Amino acid sequence: MGLLTNLKDSISRVTDGLFAADEPKRIGIYGPPNAGKTTLANRIARDWTGDAVGPESHIPHETRRARRKENVEIERDGRKVTIDIVDTPGVTTKVDYKEFLDHDMEKDDAVRRSREATEGVAEAMHWLREDVDGVIYVLDSSTDPFTQVNTMLIGIIESQDLPALILANKTDLPGSDVQQIANAFPQHETIPLSALEGENMDEVYTKIAEYFG
Amino acid sequence: MPGPTPNVDGGASSDDSDDDGVRIDMISGARMEGLTGMEKIRLILDGVREGNIVILEEGLSPDEESKLIEVTMTEISPDDFTGIEIETYPKAEASNQSFLDKLMGRNSAQKLTVIGPANRIETLHKDENLISTLVSRK
Repeated sequence: MGLLTNLKDSISRVTDGLFAADEPKRIGIYGPPNAGKTTLANRIARDWTGDAVGPESHIPHETRRARRKENVEIERDGRKVTIDIVDTPGVTTKVDYKEFLDHDMEKDDAVRRSREATEGVAEAMHWLREDVDGVIYVLDSSTDPFTQVNTMLIGIIESQDLPALILANKTDLPGSDVQQIANAFPQHETIPLSALEGENMDEVYTKIAEYFG
Repeated sequence: MPGPTPNVDGGASSDDSDDDGVRIDMISGARMEGLTGMEKIRLILDGVREGNIVILEEGLSPDEESKLIEVTMTEISPDDFTGIEIETYPKAEASNQSFLDKLMGRNSAQKLTVIGPANRIETLHKDENLISTLVSRK
């Protein structure tokens, strides 16, 4: 009986491993607020599934809950990669509702938005520690990448040995400086793109297949 | 007028920082060494929520930084606490930790870290050798 049980367990472990290898990888889209994470998530989802992930906005913290788009199949060079895209709220160490008042928001709405934003950031950090298999880190290439949040998040991602792809987004903006991002994180490859305009998405998909396939 | 009274972390009460100045707690690596991750975070946030600036000699591990952000978010409340400002030297060693160091759990990325209330501390300049911050009174 013992031998049979051991054999059954061994077979079960092997088959579990085979199925696990076929399961979609959960890829978290991380970055500071307003880097274009949801625009990118929507671009990827629309290109490969026809659906969007969530609403986009120029107001910070539009995404206040992690949203998952499952089974996004990306084909590159005859290879098929299946991922779950997890669009996460922009990570920050501070949220002040008064900043939302500048966007023509009533105080009650601003307070509610800030509360939801703080919950969203906490949730995003939890996902990063527990529930993602890889990270697409999105930065606005027209802003300074040498921020503490970026440094900390890249450090957290590296400490977990997660594969990470750094995207220098918003190359359509006049102040875009991709090299500045490459200089900030020389240990990682930096891919330029405009998620809004759909520029250089071919290279982004090739890298997604390479990093997360 | 009575002098500052010790609080739970052994420091002085922050009452004295309310009107005359800003209290700075410089916490040695030795003091942090025996604490659990959550105790470190509590020590930092309790100080920062009282309006103090906390300087850590050896900083936090990436995992502790992640939890610090998470716990900070849960404590933010309108018109009371808007979060933290945190700065560390962007040390090259942080990303070049050897495999052996990781395996042995050694943190070669220990780095001086400044943490303060978001509404009182503003970073003016930061590079590999200098962190320049402006600290305002309440």
